[in-house]
Amino acid sequence: MSVDELPGRFGQYGGRFVPEALIGALNELEAAHISAQGDSAFLAELARLHRTYTGRPSIITEVPRFGEYAGGARIILKREDLNHTGSHKINNVLGQALLTKRMGKKRIIAETGAGQHGVAAATAASLLGLECVVYMGQEDTRRQSLNVARMKLLGAQVIPVVSGSQTLKDAINEAMRDWVTNVADTHYLLGTVAGPHPFPTMVRDFQKIIGIEAREQVLELTGKLPDAVLACIGGGSNAIGIFHAFIPDSKVRLIGFEAGGDGVETGRHAATITGGSPGVLHGTRSYVLQDENGQTIESHSISAGLDYPGVGPEHAYLHDIGRAEYRAINDDQAMNAFSLLCKTEGIIPAIESAHALAGAMIVGNELGPDATLLVNLSGRGDKDVQTAAQYFGIPL
Amino acid sequence: MSTPLEDLFVKVRTENRAALIAYIPAGFPSKDGCAKVIQTLVASGVDAIEIGFPYSDPVMDGPTIQEAAEISLKAGTSATDVFAALKVASDAGVASVIMTYWNPIERYGVENFAAAVASHGGSGVITPDLPIEESAPWLSSASRNAINPIFVVAPSTSDARLAQVSAKTGGFVYAASVMGVTGSRSDVSINAHELVSRLRVVTSLPVCVGLGVSTREQAKEVAGYADGIIVGSAFIRLLLNAKSEESGLIAISALAKDLANGVREGR
Ligand SMILES: Cc1ncc(COP(=O)(O)O)c(C=O)c1O
Repeated sequence: MSVDELPGRFGQYGGRFVPEALIGALNELEAAHISAQGDSAFLAELARLHRTYTGRPSIITEVPRFGEYAGGARIILKREDLNHTGSHKINNVLGQALLTKRMGKKRIIAETGAGQHGVAAATAASLLGLECVVYMGQEDTRRQSLNVARMKLLGAQVIPVVSGSQTLKDAINEAMRDWVTNVADTHYLLGTVAGPHPFPTMVRDFQKIIGIEAREQVLELTGKLPDAVLACIGGGSNAIGIFHAFIPDSKVRLIGFEAGGDGVETGRHAATITGGSPGVLHGTRSYVLQDENGQTIESHSISAGLDYPGVGPEHAYLHDIGRAEYRAINDDQAMNAFSLLCKTEGIIPAIESAHALAGAMIVGNELGPDATLLVNLSGRGDKDVQTAAQYFGIPL
Repeated sequence: MSTPLEDLFVKVRTENRAALIAYIPAGFPSKDGCAKVIQTLVASGVDAIEIGFPYSDPVMDGPTIQEAAEISLKAGTSATDVFAALKVASDAGVASVIMTYWNPIERYGVENFAAAVASHGGSGVITPDLPIEESAPWLSSASRNAINPIFVVAPSTSDARLAQVSAKTGGFVYAASVMGVTGSRSDVSINAHELVSRLRVVTSLPVCVGLGVSTREQAKEVAGYADGIIVGSAFIRLLLNAKSEESGLIAISALAKDLANGVREGR
């Protein structure tokens, strides 16, 4: 391996399964990322934006009243919900938007499910003077209409995608078609640790700040490492972001919570590792929800941000080598945890993050009151108020 | 032993013309309809048939092929149907290949897929989202089963890479005429000519041009510099627009005859 190349694989996972037309752009992106990571001016500019724009470092919050519902375990939340734009997505977006300028490109395109990544991308585009087009499944534009309006207010063009299941996977398909056509002046600002190399590695590099900060903060607060680190899994970017700094700490369990939808046994879910099999989707080899002909099976979740039939290749690898565990949380469990955090701690979480909170309730009960669990609160629930109101029967 | 596809390019070179290759997704417009389409195209002068394996996430396809794939998948098209369509084409006496995204091959089993192509009379497989870096297992299976691994190159592919990709290709090199997805275009960009010229420097394999070709005029123009033209969306659009299966077949037959004239007029 030369210095201008990153490892493109995680065991048998990862790689690049894309049309030849994109190979040049992926090579260019990889080179730009490597040179930027070695450029103190680039890193200083990103750090400045984190500090003065995003609001990093994000704080940690201990939630004892919620902990009572988690077997009395000590629960510590990493507050990515307090970032500007309301989720961890901004960490990756600022990094890639700076890279876009570094490559001399003027236009970014992005896919979005919940709208959080789209909002973050539109925000960074506005901040850095880039043109921004966001692809969003038509079904998701309905579920997350508030975020559609936010993106438009920020000056982005939102294109509803009507093909396929009209959700995140189809938005990615459409973004890739745009990219193949306009690759000369356009950067595809992918929102999670999936897609062809170098995206899984690059997005992880921009998200790992979550775990680096949290590891220090928890050590300072408790004097020791947590027993487990928990996060929800859509494509897996907030999870890899908080896991990464803890991977060498072999005593710290890493647990990802996938969206179980109506229940994995019903087939209506988005639990890719729990209920899928190895395959290739959107340019990378990982676990995929697929049928016997290799056709992608549509995923289902109450959470638009987790409603994706693929998962980042590094998670597939961490699963197979046993370093991380992956479990499914169904819609009802997530909404129960959502409501509990609202009522016990005064924090309205994103429904995505509520899957990790539900996971904390289960793991806390398994490990008991001596355990310390670090939970990534990946986003806030403002965007989910309508969905939650509907779920709980609150008239709007 | 050579594949029927390799034989075809020897033949068109002696006839001093380009080959006409038609793309049709398996199971489209229906299972039986697909067989009739293939037979009609062959009877109307098409030299080779490319059977598309319809896929749920066709990121390289424009709206026309997406729509056809969706119709086919809704009707339950499986790998078995894809191989059956391949056999219809080879039984009709022309070279036949499959064009598929990678995941269906991986799911079927790489070796099994290559073996099934061979046993259904197929000459090879076009794999548009399989870069050479990921191709080692596929190349050994293709070689074991004596079928052609056909790779796609793009206008953005560097000269050095064109040489590397061509070196792993069998049958012909698929030159994508534009940066973009499948679909008819009013003009085949000058990129296509330039790409083919760059390929001539690095390979003696036949080169076929796909993406955007839809008229006799374009066929004639491309036949001036390429060894074959590949037409997909134009046929599919006619079938999608047809009032009945019958009228669809009449329409594609007329276009195929037109294009067959075009590939003979270019030189
Ligand atoms: C708040 C929040 N958490 C999690 C996710 C899931 O993405 P990932 O698994 O990449 O963190 C999303 C996606 O939209 C999100 O908005």
